[in-house]
Amino acid sequence: MIGFVIRRLISAVLVLFVISVAVVALFTYGPSDPAQAMCPEPKCTAERQDAIRDALNLDAPIQVQYAEYMSGIVNGRQIAFGSEAYDCDAPCFGVSFIYRVNVWDDIKDRIGPTVSVAVGAGATILLIGVPIGMFAARRRGSAADKAVIGATLVIESIPYYLFVLLAFLYLAAGAGIFPQEGYHPLTDSPLKWAWGLLLPWLALGLVNSSKYARFTRGSMIEAFNQDYVRTARSKGLAESRIVNKHALRAAVVPIVTIFGIDFGSLLTGTIFTELIFGIPGLGLRALNAVGQSDLPVIEATTLISALIIVITNLLVDLFYSVLDPRVRLG
Amino acid sequence: MTDLSKTPEATPAKGGAFLSVRDLKVHFTTSDGIVKATDGLSFDLERGKTLGIVGESGSGKSVSSSAIMGLHRGTNAMLSGEILLDGVDLLKVSNEDMRKRRGRDVAMIFQDPLSAMHPYYTVGNQIMEAYQVHNDVTKREARKRAIEMLDRVGIPQPDRRVDDYPHQFSGGMRQRAMIAMGLINNPSLLIADEPTTALDVTVQAQILDLLQDLQRDFDAAIIIITHDLGVVAEMADDVLVMYAGRAVEYGPGKEILTNPEMPYTWGLLSSVPDLTASTEAKLIPIRGNPPSLLNPPPGCPFEPRCDHTAKVGGDLCRTTLPDLTPANSGGSHVKRCHIKNADEVYEAEILPEIAPDLVED
Repeated sequence: MIGFVIRRLISAVLVLFVISVAVVALFTYGPSDPAQAMCPEPKCTAERQDAIRDALNLDAPIQVQYAEYMSGIVNGRQIAFGSEAYDCDAPCFGVSFIYRVNVWDDIKDRIGPTVSVAVGAGATILLIGVPIGMFAARRRGSAADKAVIGATLVIESIPYYLFVLLAFLYLAAGAGIFPQEGYHPLTDSPLKWAWGLLLPWLALGLVNSSKYARFTRGSMIEAFNQDYVRTARSKGLAESRIVNKHALRAAVVPIVTIFGIDFGSLLTGTIFTELIFGIPGLGLRALNAVGQSDLPVIEATTLISALIIVITNLLVDLFYSVLDPRVRLG
Repeated sequence: MTDLSKTPEATPAKGGAFLSVRDLKVHFTTSDGIVKATDGLSFDLERGKTLGIVGESGSGKSVSSSAIMGLHRGTNAMLSGEILLDGVDLLKVSNEDMRKRRGRDVAMIFQDPLSAMHPYYTVGNQIMEAYQVHNDVTKREARKRAIEMLDRVGIPQPDRRVDDYPHQFSGGMRQRAMIAMGLINNPSLLIADEPTTALDVTVQAQILDLLQDLQRDFDAAIIIITHDLGVVAEMADDVLVMYAGRAVEYGPGKEILTNPEMPYTWGLLSSVPDLTASTEAKLIPIRGNPPSLLNPPPGCPFEPRCDHTAKVGGDLCRTTLPDLTPANSGGSHVKRCHIKNADEVYEAEILPEIAPDLVED
């Protein structure tokens, strides 16, 4: 077990290393010139931009720039923009070109809203998708089963941003059933927090649950055809116990695997949901940064997203050994 | 008793056997037509006795035994006939009643014990569950009983192994655990569907010994489904040979194995390798394949593969399905074949081929 965790951690660190190198390289060699992004041509002369490049140390070899960036995350560093210099405290992901603030100070408050959306939406996905899939699997071939399959296909073929937008326009802005203002911190008022996020949760949950409904249905039907379900039946177990204990237990393993991946990507920010509902999350911040060519913010959100995905994948792998006793970690 | 008053035809007036299957038909509707997986099967079995059902894959062995377990309920299978267990027709009881009988009165063990056990639950958990569903006991009592049963079927250190997962058991131990699960409620009928097919030869013998031993203790009736005539020779009191969903030969085990009167049984015997037989003995496979159960031939289902149709004359074999008639050797031995002097044909033509040393000079 410990050997497995160590090996898995090493590979996680390697993945993060490769991504961080890519991120730093993107800053230096990417299509967007940092000096141009920071101070566009009419405002700054070519000489001024050269000075900025010089101050950012862009001509230094990549390994030197990488070392500077990483040391900044651990120790903090001073960042000079031409004549101005900013103290960027650890963890320093650079200073925003646009807002001239430490990127970490900007981003750290955005993690809470994004996690709030992800956790609620993840729970909604499972609570809607899995029971519907089980329902359809038990009645496979029936009209109800076909109706479920049809409905999931229809929902899945609606673009997700359109679905979220329609939900917002009709249920929040139009009918006013749900509040429009979106996000309140959990620590302020749990009730306001949940109430404000309910519609984003439901919208995201419903759209994504269609995939889980079909996936659960497939896994359950596969489990029903297994010999051990026949054994359970021949022991005289009631049908509900066969479904909810024996078949579901087997079907849950592949569902967890897929959910781990999806939950990781929810945690890195749901751009459209945050945009439409005005939730100040990571996705929205990354979107704005891309629009403004705010390279330090893009770097930071990419790195943090990568970290989140690596961690969720690691957790899924560890959880797998709990779910399947045949997986020996060692 | 209310069951009986509702369905008076469920209790036969005659003093029937403990298990009496009468004209059992299991038909499946498919998009290509009706598949007659079992078509008019009848047999009797007493407590403490063993019936061996032999036949190729697809001959209807497993489908028939699943019918006894009521495992076709809720599927598209159409069943008719009677399955009388201790006088109660299992085809007529309610689903809930049948569920309660499963595992308590009738238990089943399966061919591949690895896939037949749930990979994510411990062996003990699965055995306890079989006990708890039919007995109102605490978890602790069920666990104690599970350990007792594991000990009884010869699992070493049962109090420790009870918490193992199936993948931590060897193949033979898994099958022992399945037997423990099957017998934990002391069922009166145990159906073993190819219980040794997936096991290694040395383990096969141990499992068969265990089944016989437990049969004596529990006084259970056993149906053993197999395509291994060696298993039949060792275990079965009676043998039922199935072909294309029908019984083609049925009688006491010794009779069937020594005086078979149906060419299909001859074929089965000819295709068994025997290590102790003389090297002169030939191993003769049965040519061809079993007929489609969707469109069975109108006559004898074995006719297309039979080498002895000339002995019948005319095209009787091709046009008319033979009835199950008493064999020439007498007793309760019956066969489904048009050949009149089948016993003589066997002695003159078949026996010298498959066991030359048994033929008297």
